[in-house]
Order: sequence, then C-alpha cells, then structure tokens
Amino acid sequence: MTNSYASRGLRESATFDRATINDIQRAATTGIYDIRGWGAKRALPHFDDLLFLGASVSRYPLEGYREKCGTDVTLGGRHALKPITLDIPITIAGMSFGALSANAKEALGRGATEAGTSTTTGDGGMTPEERGQSRHLVYQYLPSRYGMNPDDLRKADAIEIVLGQGAKPGGGGMLLGQKITERVAGMRTLPVGIDQRSACRHPDWTGPDDLAIKIAELREITDWHTPIYVKVGASRPYYDTALAVKSGADVVVLDGMQGGTAATQQVFIENVGIPILAAIGPAVAALQELGVHRQVQLIVSGGIRNGADVAKAIALGADAVSIGTAALIALGDNDPRYQAEYEALGSSAGFYDDFQDGKDPAGISTQDPILAARLDPIAGGKRIANYLRVLTLEAQTIARACGKSHLHHLEPEDLVALTVEAAAMAGVPLAGTSWIPGR
Amino acid sequence: MTLTQAPVHIETVDLAVSTVRELNQALHATDDGTSWVVDTPAGQHNIAVGIDRDLDLVVNGHVGYYFAGMHQKGRVTVHGSAGVGLAENIMSGTVHVTGDASQAAAATGQGGLVIIDGNTGARCGISMKGVDIVVGGDIGHASAFMAQAGRLVVCGDAGEGLGDSIYEARIYVKGTVASLGADCVEKPLRPEHLAELAELLTLAGRTDAPTDFRRYGSARTLYHFAAVNAAAY
Repeated sequence: MTNSYASRGLRESATFDRATINDIQRAATTGIYDIRGWGAKRALPHFDDLLFLGASVSRYPLEGYREKCGTDVTLGGRHALKPITLDIPITIAGMSFGALSANAKEALGRGATEAGTSTTTGDGGMTPEERGQSRHLVYQYLPSRYGMNPDDLRKADAIEIVLGQGAKPGGGGMLLGQKITERVAGMRTLPVGIDQRSACRHPDWTGPDDLAIKIAELREITDWHTPIYVKVGASRPYYDTALAVKSGADVVVLDGMQGGTAATQQVFIENVGIPILAAIGPAVAALQELGVHRQVQLIVSGGIRNGADVAKAIALGADAVSIGTAALIALGDNDPRYQAEYEALGSSAGFYDDFQDGKDPAGISTQDPILAARLDPIAGGKRIANYLRVLTLEAQTIARACGKSHLHHLEPEDLVALTVEAAAMAGVPLAGTSWIPGR
Repeated sequence: MTLTQAPVHIETVDLAVSTVRELNQALHATDDGTSWVVDTPAGQHNIAVGIDRDLDLVVNGHVGYYFAGMHQKGRVTVHGSAGVGLAENIMSGTVHVTGDASQAAAATGQGGLVIIDGNTGARCGISMKGVDIVVGGDIGHASAFMAQAGRLVVCGDAGEGLGDSIYEARIYVKGTVASLGADCVEKPLRPEHLAELAELLTLAGRTDAPTDFRRYGSARTLYHFAAVNAAAY
C-alpha cells in the first residue's frame, strides 16, 4: 500500500501521519479528547530488544523435558503470616468487574486457578463469581474504595494497594456510563448510567509516611495474615520502590506504560510513564541497595506476551510478572471471527481498543448481557490456563538453555541487548560488546 | 421479689502496658455484648480497627490515624481527639469523638454514624458512600469531595470547596460555607430533609434546630463528560 503511494509520488508526513491527521480532525469535530482502552501503542524499547545467551562452552545447559526447571514463587513472606505460593510466576493483573464482564472475571479466575496462580480484583470490588473461582485472589485497595469492605478484605489472599498503573501513572480511573449498569452502580454506590470518575489519590493518606500507617492498619484489620502489595505505574521506579519498601510493603508491583487500561485519555496513555524495560533495573537496584531483593518480591507488568518476555523480566530481577492485555487476547479479545462486528464499530480485529464503549463483540469488556453471554467462563478459563502453560513452558525452555534449574536463577548476565537504547535501559551489554551505556 | 441486673464486666486495657496489636487481636476475638475501656492511647495509630463485634468501647485520651478504621459493629467513644482518617470506611455502628478530628474523617464510609463534637480538618467525608456524619463544630476545606451517598451535618462553618464533584450525598450546614466546589449547589430544605436532619441531630445528642441549616447537594451537571464543562474540571 505504502509502495503504491510512493510510486505515485505521494509522500506521507512522518510528523503528521494519517493517524495524527485523524486525531486532529476528530478533536476538531468533537471538542473532547479521545478516550480508549488498551495500553501504549507507540513503538517502545521492549523485551524484543534483548536476547538470551544460551549455554555453550562456558556454561552447560539443562536437558529439555528431563531435567527440572522450577517455576514456583512465594509472595509476601516479609511480614505476612500467610504468604502465598504460586506454581508459576505469571499472575493475572487487576481488572475490574465493570470494566470487564462477570463472565470474563470468572474465566480469569478459573484459568488462574487451573494454572496455579493468582488473579486480581479491580476498581469495583470483589464479586462472588471471582472469589469463588479463584484459589488465590488479590484484592485491590484503590483510591475510589468502591465496594471496599472489611469482609472482602479478610477473604483476600493478598491486598494490593494501588497507587497507579502503567497506562496512566498519576491518573484516576474512569468508567463511562454505558457500562454503569445496575449491578456495577450498586457495587460502586453510584447512580446508574453516569460517567464515573475515580480519584487519582487515596482519600485518607498522602506520602510514604502515611502509607506506612495505612499498611499497618490493613495488617491490623487482617491480623497480619495477609500479604500486602504496593502497585505503582512506572515513572520513578527507583524511588517508588524504595519508598514502598520503607513503608512496609511485602511485594512491589511495577506496571510499565504498555500496561492496559479499560478507559483512559489517549494522550495520557501514550505520553506518561516509562516502558517496563526501563523500569525494572532501577526497581531492582532499589531492592538490592536496601538488602531486600527476593525478600520483597517484585512483580512487573506491561507488555508481557510470551515466555521469552517472562524469562527476560525475571532475568532482570523480577520475581514474577503480571498479564492483563495478553490475558484478554487469550480470552478472545480482537478475535478475527468477530471481524464483521469490529468493522461495524469502526474498528478491525487487531485494532479494537474501545473498551470504554461496552460494545465488545467478544463479550469481555462489556456489561451488555447479550454480548457478555458470548464468553463461556469455563471455556474461557481453559484458554487462560492453556496460555499460562505455554508462557511457562516457553520460559522454562529458555531457562534450561541458559543452564538454570529454576526460573529465578536467570540473571542479567544471561542477557544482551540489540540496541543501544535497550542496553542502557536494561543495564545489559550491547550484543557482541561488553558495553553498557551509562556505566 | 426484686430483680437486680447482673453487674456488667468491663475489660480494661492500658496501652501504656499492652500493645495496639494485642488490643486489636482481643477486640477481633471477643464476643458480642462485651464492654471495653482503653486507657493511655497516647495518640497511637490504628487503635480499634476492624471491629466486627457488637461491643461497647470507651477510649480515654487522644488517638492517632485511622482510629476505628473499617468499623463494622458496636459503639465506640473517644474522650479526646482523633487523628487522620477517623473511622475511615466505616460500615455500620457508631463512632463518637468528643474532641476534634483531623483530616479525612469518615473517609469513604459506607454506613454507620460518626459523631464529632468538635471540629474536623480538611476532607471530612471525602468519597463518603453512605455514612452519616455529624460535626458539632467546623469542617475544613475539600470536605465531601466526590461524596457519593450518606448525610453530612455541620453545626459550625464549612471550609472552601465544599462538596466538590459531589454525587448523591446530602450536606447540611448551619453556619457559613466559604465556597462550594464544582457541581455543588444549595438546594431547598423540604420537610423530608428537616425530618432526617432532626433525626441525625437527635442521634448525635444535639439540640440545634433543623430549620437553622441549609442543604447542599449535586447539580448533576458533571455526571457525563462534555466539552462544555471543561472549565469546571
């Protein structure tokens, strides 16, 4: 297509490309900014810019299918009396009932449970379907406190205090009126059908000193049983991680700018925060300097797609990863079989990101009962479990090739970078050299 | 024959001797109907959080952050003042502070009644979701910010930005309001409002006349995103 334009002597502006022109025209027509789902879509330095150094003479590999490569991870042992142990270091990220259908939430719970990992609530409280189908359920504690209650807090296997997310560090949530059904509104104590705005700051604390008291309060309410995570959107990962540790967190969750959202201003998604590749190193450095690396676990997210991404994140120092967008795709999001319906919505399979509209043909990001019924939570759970297994097997394949008997034995020395940018951000040498820019 | 009531046993905990952890553990494990007195709180944080028992608790002295946080049952009284986040996210029951309360009193409260005889700091009733709050004195700025449901009664004055971005909560103020926040407006005080106000004042042990108050609530103009409202955000 591009070539045909070129052959006709037509030149597209790199600055004002067709998407940009469309953005300007849309803004001029509507007078309001664009809100959409998904995460950053711009090209960013990512895990694709890293490669593993498989074993050869200097290191020897482990035998695939014969020699064990462990995948388990224990989270929350720093202070909690009941840390949780997962079979695999790949968790399901927080996504709200409201943003997602009840069937989608149930499917995520079923799949996570089958694969031996955890799933997470979201900005809308805990549903019985999700709790019932999730062996390990992380309960998010958000600024809005929608549906927050101590009974659910005590039912949770871990509590995640959310300070931000990668798609919008510093921003609050939104859920547009078409998804505020009677059930969603009831759980959030809001009028049906309004455009809901969630706060960006917690209502009863500001700063790390207060956070330490807040964490202590949640521990007191749960009699110190429950692990407490602190989730931040990646922007200043070194300081945020250090302050979370100082405040008493058991686990730090770090979400890069590729991390998904159900509804955020596009300008926010694409221009605030940093890629997860650039965020892991500073976070790990903070943990190491405080002497708590691997004692305070680090979960990273934002653009995890395959087992190589899992292995690379862990090699850089993470203890586990979280998936959100990839999990929705595994459930059926952007499935080509709904192409005609995506076209009718002005989109296309592979491009659909209007999660805010509640018209998702795949029945995932919707509260429409007819659309939601398209997603069978049992079949969806199987798909999630399958996908999680593939991620795990792929990560194990790479770890064995690097001679590691556990995923957590992967280390930065197993990695090189393909680009100068990735080498600098990840803190690993440019391939074929010993050069780490900035060191 | 004369019936005499059995003496009520009162558990006394001195926080100069016991820890907050020991007290909270005991309050979580106790039976309904028990009575407790806590001495020497000394402004410690997280005292009496997560109570889910129908008990009576009296604290003699000042308490720190999050006193009676996520309170679910029973009646709690502080003879003193309270720090940040008094009774945050209270579900039901009653929390009464005879002195002042700091910022974010009854923040996100989902139900129950919080009575503060003195003044409160900023953000009183922020994101309240059904709690009733009665303040004998003044409240600080940004109170009832994004207040979703419940009633906030202020017998003194209210600070700037009252009820900014308010949803369906109802606010009654006897004194002056420094300024109203976005989308918060004065509304008529109809008989049903006078009745609920009278009931709340009685519950709080106050003698103020309901007719001396003015009512504030949402104009509901910001319930949907619209370019014309850009200046309001």
